[in-house]
Amino acid sequence: MSTKLGTNRARVSPAAARPEETYLAMVWRRFKQHKLALISLYVLLVLYAIALFAPMLATHEYTAVAPANRLLEPSAEHWFGTDDIGRDVYSRVIWGARISLSVGIVAAAFSVAIGTIVGAVAGYFGGRVDDILMRITEVFMAFPTFFLLITVAAVLPRSIFNIMVVIGLTSWPGLARMVRAEFLTLRERDFTEAARAVGAGHARIISRHILPNAIAPIIVSTTLRIGGAILAESGLSFLGLGVQEPFPSWGNILNRGRSFYLHAPWMMMMPGLFIFITVLAFNFIGDGLRDALDPRMKQ
Amino acid sequence: MYRYILRRLWQMLFLLIGISIISFSIMHLAPGDPVDMLVERNAPQAVKERIREVYGLDQPIYVQYGRWVSKAVQGDFGKSFVSGEPVMKMILDRLPNTLYLNLVVMVLIYAIALPVGIISALRQYSKLDHAVTFMAFMGQSMPPFWLAMLLIYFIAVPVDFIKTSGMASYGINIRESPFLIVLLDRLRYLILPAFVMVFGSLAGLARYMRASMLEVIRQDYVRTARAKGLSERIVNYKHALRNALLPIVTLVGLELPILFSGAFILEVVFSWPGLGLVMMRAIQQRDYPVVMAFNTIGATLMVCGTFLSDMLYLVVDPRIKYE
Repeated sequence: MSTKLGTNRARVSPAAARPEETYLAMVWRRFKQHKLALISLYVLLVLYAIALFAPMLATHEYTAVAPANRLLEPSAEHWFGTDDIGRDVYSRVIWGARISLSVGIVAAAFSVAIGTIVGAVAGYFGGRVDDILMRITEVFMAFPTFFLLITVAAVLPRSIFNIMVVIGLTSWPGLARMVRAEFLTLRERDFTEAARAVGAGHARIISRHILPNAIAPIIVSTTLRIGGAILAESGLSFLGLGVQEPFPSWGNILNRGRSFYLHAPWMMMMPGLFIFITVLAFNFIGDGLRDALDPRMKQ
Repeated sequence: MYRYILRRLWQMLFLLIGISIISFSIMHLAPGDPVDMLVERNAPQAVKERIREVYGLDQPIYVQYGRWVSKAVQGDFGKSFVSGEPVMKMILDRLPNTLYLNLVVMVLIYAIALPVGIISALRQYSKLDHAVTFMAFMGQSMPPFWLAMLLIYFIAVPVDFIKTSGMASYGINIRESPFLIVLLDRLRYLILPAFVMVFGSLAGLARYMRASMLEVIRQDYVRTARAKGLSERIVNYKHALRNALLPIVTLVGLELPILFSGAFILEVVFSWPGLGLVMMRAIQQRDYPVVMAFNTIGATLMVCGTFLSDMLYLVVDPRIKYE
């Protein structure tokens, strides 16, 4: 995939590319110039490490209830304090990283998969297929996102998997339209014609010839979507429709803190801070990738 | 052009049918029998049948859909499963409060964002420009309800003047109190929710204005104007700005659904007596007629808003051609 892009790119601007520089190397070189994106990348690596090593980093059992220790201030024993039933907020936030970050990635993956497939099929085949798919996309787009999100979340049983599906199902239309637009232009290009001439099937042309050339905006959009999905989960959890206790997600820790925030503000501050920093990091990385992947996309 | 308008109207009809189907299927997507929402689960079968009949749930699904749609287009979304009140009345009762909050916020956002966006375009890469960009990222990334709670904790608690729940003090109204007192009272309640909402989308709109302005500034006619020796002020504000505002004008149409649904989650945080609380309660109680009405109205407004926006484009920008 990367080699194909590399040759393609080199043809577009032979002078701009340094000799022997692969496409990935160029992307990385350009990405590094976006300082905030680079910092965000390191921040995210730390966050994912936290999620990965949660069992080692947590100081307490995240479900361990201790009524005697309820609503304790942050201290050496409980770094982020305790919640209203005496659970250690730090340990819950650490474990919550696992759930929140997974929800973000899986939900974004659903959204991107649906959006890309719908957009690719509509843009590649055009005509009637395009008409029908785009009308359906527009119908989904018409609903205020958050209305549809909470409605479907309220209707379905509240498992973590369902939360991921719901967020994915309500956030694909924008991407579908974008991918369709890319496909509409790319399918007219010479290399598509060439692939067709040597007898490649539709599926092969879509996935091996057109998609790699449309991948840049999809990657950017995926990055932004992971952040968006984490924010959506927090919003759902805030209304009690997200990940359900005893599993900790940043959203539901925050939601629990909502009832006590005047007396125990640490309960809502820390998970909120983690959500904010994570989403901010994804947004900066998306911005950095936009500049790095495709110079034409830069304003 | 009329063919274009007709085609758009035709598409709109299609969209509205799609919206109604999805809104309607929400209730039937739910696991379990809607009748169980209305009566005790172990109520006698005869009672259940009676309820089913009253609500028309005994009919085939396409008949139910037909009935629902034909009433919905007349503005009748049935009665709440929980309170028995007409859904439309529940919405209309609370709508003014929601519109009031959203309108104030919208005016503030446009009043601040447009000048800020223009200036950051004219001084690209200045400190202000960078600050706007950074603000836009912050506004996009921060959960609004979290910001709201932080503000309540750090500002509203120490400062007595600022209220955190409701929208007016009991007994202070325009008939009995002096205007200034009423204004101050409303301000106490408005300041926090409005601030959070303005913070969330201010910089985003400013960036949009900036992008539009930057695009126009690079155009030939702007360079020509400058070459003619016109002053910077006239070039920027007369030649460039007028054209840069065109995309902004069309945004007005897209604000239509936002007026209805924009403040939802913050209304819950600040106990604002608007539609957010109604929808929230309906969601929690699985009051499907209310939920269906909210989704249908929200989506319909979006479709109308998009149409309005396209029509505005047609009016303000004669360069656009339609096939």
